Amino acid sequence: MTKPFIFALLLAGVAAPVVAQQAPPPQATAPARMPGADQPDADVGLTGRVTDESAWEDLQVAIPAFATDREAPTPANSNGTGALGLELARVIYNDLKNNALFKPTGPDSLPRPGYSEITAPAFGTWRGRGAEDLVQGYVRAGANGQLTVGCYLYDVALGQELTRGGWVVAPADWRRAAHKCADLVYSRLSGESPFFDSKIAYIAETGPKNHRVKRLAVMDSDGANHRFITNGQATTLTPRYSPDYSRIAYVSFLNGYSRLYIYDIRSGAQKLLVSSSNATFAPRWSPDGRTILYSVANGGNTDVYSVPVAGGSPRRLTDSPGIDVGGSFSPDGRQIVFESDRSGNQQCYVMNSDGSNQHRISFFGGRCATPEWSPRGDLIAFTHIVGDLRIAVMTPSGSGLRYLTNDWQDEAPTWSPNGRIVQFFRTAKGSGQTSIWQVDLTGRNLRRLPTPVGASDPAWGPVLP
Amino acid sequence: MNRLAITAVAATVLALAACSKKPPAQLPPAPGQAVGPAQSALPPGGPTPGTEAHFQQVMNGRDVIYFDTDKYDIDSEDAAALRQQAQYLLQYGSVHATIEGHCDERGTREYNLALGDRRANAAKNYLVSLGVPADRLTTISYGKERPVALGSDEASWAKNRRAVTVILQ
Repeated sequence: MTKPFIFALLLAGVAAPVVAQQAPPPQATAPARMPGADQPDADVGLTGRVTDESAWEDLQVAIPAFATDREAPTPANSNGTGALGLELARVIYNDLKNNALFKPTGPDSLPRPGYSEITAPAFGTWRGRGAEDLVQGYVRAGANGQLTVGCYLYDVALGQELTRGGWVVAPADWRRAAHKCADLVYSRLSGESPFFDSKIAYIAETGPKNHRVKRLAVMDSDGANHRFITNGQATTLTPRYSPDYSRIAYVSFLNGYSRLYIYDIRSGAQKLLVSSSNATFAPRWSPDGRTILYSVANGGNTDVYSVPVAGGSPRRLTDSPGIDVGGSFSPDGRQIVFESDRSGNQQCYVMNSDGSNQHRISFFGGRCATPEWSPRGDLIAFTHIVGDLRIAVMTPSGSGLRYLTNDWQDEAPTWSPNGRIVQFFRTAKGSGQTSIWQVDLTGRNLRRLPTPVGASDPAWGPVLP
Repeated sequence: MNRLAITAVAATVLALAACSKKPPAQLPPAPGQAVGPAQSALPPGGPTPGTEAHFQQVMNGRDVIYFDTDKYDIDSEDAAALRQQAQYLLQYGSVHATIEGHCDERGTREYNLALGDRRANAAKNYLVSLGVPADRLTTISYGKERPVALGSDEASWAKNRRAVTVILQ
């Protein structure tokens, strides 16, 4: 945990708005037009390019503004909890819409339910609007300034509650409550693991191609709460969140040489990971967060090493005379996929985490680079180089090559915490401008992630607890 | 390390045939024409000998050597440039130099850091084979992070696949 974030899955009875215990006056949802099947509209959730076979991707999900028990001032929104309720629903709507999950309709084109309706939805009204599922919620400001956010998912046709969640958050963390709600809805309807309440570390790039400034930066999974961590004086590369989000490993050319640093998010302190006179780069955490894999270039020969994060002697895992570089642990921590040009050019290899049993897995032509094991364990994403650089996936045995992108230069894939989305960066021909993109594992819904400046080397952290 | 040095030298010997890779149109010195630092007549008030500015002036472009795609071998043209560099470094026996290895943009970032290290070390090992003490030479790889030619075309990439010798002040 990096911030004082009080997370509580409230008991069902507690999560229900108090008013709901009394007779809720069913009233007054001054019905604006809800997009039904008869009236498709550009901004009403019918525009997603969802072609997945899964039936759940076509679900019409209505997400009206969250209600509040009483208008109260909150540091989270200058207009109070009522305005915050609208923002909460917008965040949930955008999470689902930008990822082409379901066919969501957001609060700006829906009537706003009253507080008493949150636990007793006007199902008839929602049915008439063509909604199949309904996400309602509320936000309350507590005496201590903390916010309580409740989130309810209903099956409109059945008139039944499917699930609910409640969270107490500091005002600064209000978006996390919305992401938690989006995760709850997504998980319940799709059966997949959640991923919205997570963060992305990356390299922010500014300036021309020959004087590019590269700064370590972090943001929420939807691009919000963007923050620079390094000041840009030294080039920084390839950040990776520790599994518990407490630290970021990255490469910096501070003092002129490529070295590995660990940034402690809570204290802001940065320390050198390995003291070495050789270039060290390509840091990767083990799944348990205790070990970091990295590469050492020594006299023209690069090999993969591991070192305990808490301190200790580095262990050399590869010793081929070629370039052995990068690496990614399998989710169980027992194996490592890495790249090596020992056969003449870059190919992907798998070894046990102690360096034994090294064997090549890529035999499909072209070059295999930057392999990254899916958190589900069943796939490896990598950069396939045949002239252009493309993002592809394969099984851990090297079979089933499948492309996810087809552009001039896409590289360095990393996975969403649930293994459903692959993230990478794209370089524009000529200008060298970089941008972060995400694509569904199916190869569908390719989209650019909004960043304030150029962006490369994205790395997703796990879902926050 | 030693193996790489041997490889680099062996590659040089084998690569004496004409090579088409060189992007900068630089004519080699005419046979017999001495271009070594000892003979270079510098205008008064020019750079101080033993400095990077002086080195660059004397080298006249030969402080940089170029590589083919994904390659790090030293060919005859590289060898000629490195011989001049070695001559300079031996003449100014107190200077230290670092050799920067670079790559073009058409590769993945981390592999290019490793490849740039290979190129820098290929140049370093060749200088050492010519008698320059190894403890006066360091290497650093910038991978694809510091291009000098900004286009996304073969001519630009050829200029960026390079090892640059820089005198440390």
